[in-house]
Amino acid sequence: MAKPHARMQTQDSFAPSLLDHSLRLRWSLPVLAILAALPVLAALAGDTFYVGLATRILIFALAATSLNLILGFGGMVSFGHAAFVGLGAYTVAVLMQSGVVSAWAAWPIAMLVSAVAALLIGWVSLRTQGVYFIMITLAFAQMLYYLVVSLRAYGGEDGMALAGRSTVGAGVDLGSDTHFYYATLAILVTAIVLITRLLNARFGHVLQAIRENEVRMTAIGFPVFRYKLVAFTLAGALAGLAGVLLANQGSYVSPALMQWSQSGMLMIMVILGGVGHLYGGVLGAVVFLLLEELLSHYTIHWQLGLGAVLLGVVLLAPNGLTSMLRRKGPSV
Amino acid sequence: MNTILILEQMLNGLQFGLMLFLLAAGLTLVFGIMDMINLAHGSLYMVGAYLIASIAQATGSFWLGLGLGIVGAAIFGVLLEMTVLRRLYQRDHVSQVLGTFAILLMCNEGVRLIWGSQPLSLNPPAALAGPVELMTGFYYPAYRLFIIGVGLLVAGLLYVLIAHTRVGMQVRAGAANREMAMAMGTNVQRLFTAVFGVGAALCAVAGGMLGPLLAVQVGMGESILILAFVVIVIGGIGSIRGALLGALLVGLVDTAGRTLIPPSLGYLVGPEAASSAGPAVASILIYVLMAAVLFFKPRGLFPTHG
Repeated sequence: MAKPHARMQTQDSFAPSLLDHSLRLRWSLPVLAILAALPVLAALAGDTFYVGLATRILIFALAATSLNLILGFGGMVSFGHAAFVGLGAYTVAVLMQSGVVSAWAAWPIAMLVSAVAALLIGWVSLRTQGVYFIMITLAFAQMLYYLVVSLRAYGGEDGMALAGRSTVGAGVDLGSDTHFYYATLAILVTAIVLITRLLNARFGHVLQAIRENEVRMTAIGFPVFRYKLVAFTLAGALAGLAGVLLANQGSYVSPALMQWSQSGMLMIMVILGGVGHLYGGVLGAVVFLLLEELLSHYTIHWQLGLGAVLLGVVLLAPNGLTSMLRRKGPSV
Repeated sequence: MNTILILEQMLNGLQFGLMLFLLAAGLTLVFGIMDMINLAHGSLYMVGAYLIASIAQATGSFWLGLGLGIVGAAIFGVLLEMTVLRRLYQRDHVSQVLGTFAILLMCNEGVRLIWGSQPLSLNPPAALAGPVELMTGFYYPAYRLFIIGVGLLVAGLLYVLIAHTRVGMQVRAGAANREMAMAMGTNVQRLFTAVFGVGAALCAVAGGMLGPLLAVQVGMGESILILAFVVIVIGGIGSIRGALLGALLVGLVDTAGRTLIPPSLGYLVGPEAASSAGPAVASILIYVLMAAVLFFKPRGLFPTHG
């Protein structure tokens, strides 16, 4: 696919267009190496608690990254993203209760359920604009939340416990926290690589162009609604996968996964990390959850500190933390 | 029998709807004039309720608590606006969500720090404790009637303020087109601080009224905040008239759903399952209502902008 505009931005023909996103391997590979070594380091330190915490952070990084795909790159401020996370989690739990324990069967089904829900919700919601879009996505998420609360057979308000983690076979035992950590890491890395490919392809360029100027893209003749709907559905499926992992990690699902505050938290991770930055969701999830962990260690009133930090970020770093890193100089 | 039940539920719906209106009125103006998403609006409701409950406990007088609490909440709202929120007006919605969510967290934790995690109790004034016979055989709690009266009175005052005063005209102008209102000489900044203070006071009124019925506890603001958002989106952001209609609709649908759905569901799935699913189904109904309104009227029932 030729990208003529890629060369119009700058004289340097090797420089990517503003719509392209680099994996920044110079930074991300060392980080990945550290992450890969983490279980070993934790075992050496004799404290495996951190593997569980790291897994949780990686899962939320996946969920936040999926939200960033539509919020950051598509300009769709969805306030109901936790619904898709919860749907994925509940699908795995329900399947496991009825005897489907294989990850190869249950996980794709869970992603499909979340994707179909996102397709339907997106189809209605994307007709609205701005604040109304924020509120209608919230409305649908709340509907699903109360639906789950009303399902007595699946635990209702109390949620339900899973018999165990999904099985994979081939010598991988997800019941082991270390194996589960590596599986989560592999999924997150795969998702980020695929999202980068998607963003740098024609589809991603169109999506980002729609974010910049929807009216113009419509006028040029792009089927704007269809592009947005596809992105919304993809993000829903990825969020469903994050839900699958969450349900597996804790072997427990509850309606709390789908509460509006969860959607808010995902949104805050994205904003904190940087809206429309490739690693915005990851960075936001890491900072948010580590901050929560750290502050709750020192005081039961940790929310006060968390609120103060978030407020500081909003007032001092308008475009999230990645923009502060970037200010030091352009890196490719 | 049945007409009494329906009448009672309609009054309950009216009462809940009017309280929602008090919350939604401030929210819709803030939203409409400054195009600002304020997730901390529910915190004003919580702070107001806590102030009223603790002053009422300390002095033993509900009325003194109500009066001082409303003033305190208004001062709190104005301070919040002048120190933090003012900096967020020019920012995009996502920044506003993050900033006001941070304030919400801090308010919740601050309240927990000051008053502890135990809910406070707020007793209605003794004069309003008993029921009133509205019709032969139809008793209704006097306090709930009082709430309806206060709600109607405040709604009427707001209507006069918004529709028949100079300040109200400026508020409406600001909601319809902020730049134009500024160009015509309205001091939107000062106007907005005032609107914010009034909004906070209305929140406190609602908090004080609902305090004896619901629990005064941390997190009380969140669930009702979402309902208030639903109300203003149904009504059309920036429209007081829309907020009133939306609030009454939501109040009636919510109450009707809670009482009428379980019996009718009972025929289908059995009484036990129906009683557990009933409240959830009623809550779903509200969001179905909102989605349906937005599907047919994507800018709400009474769009104010352009």
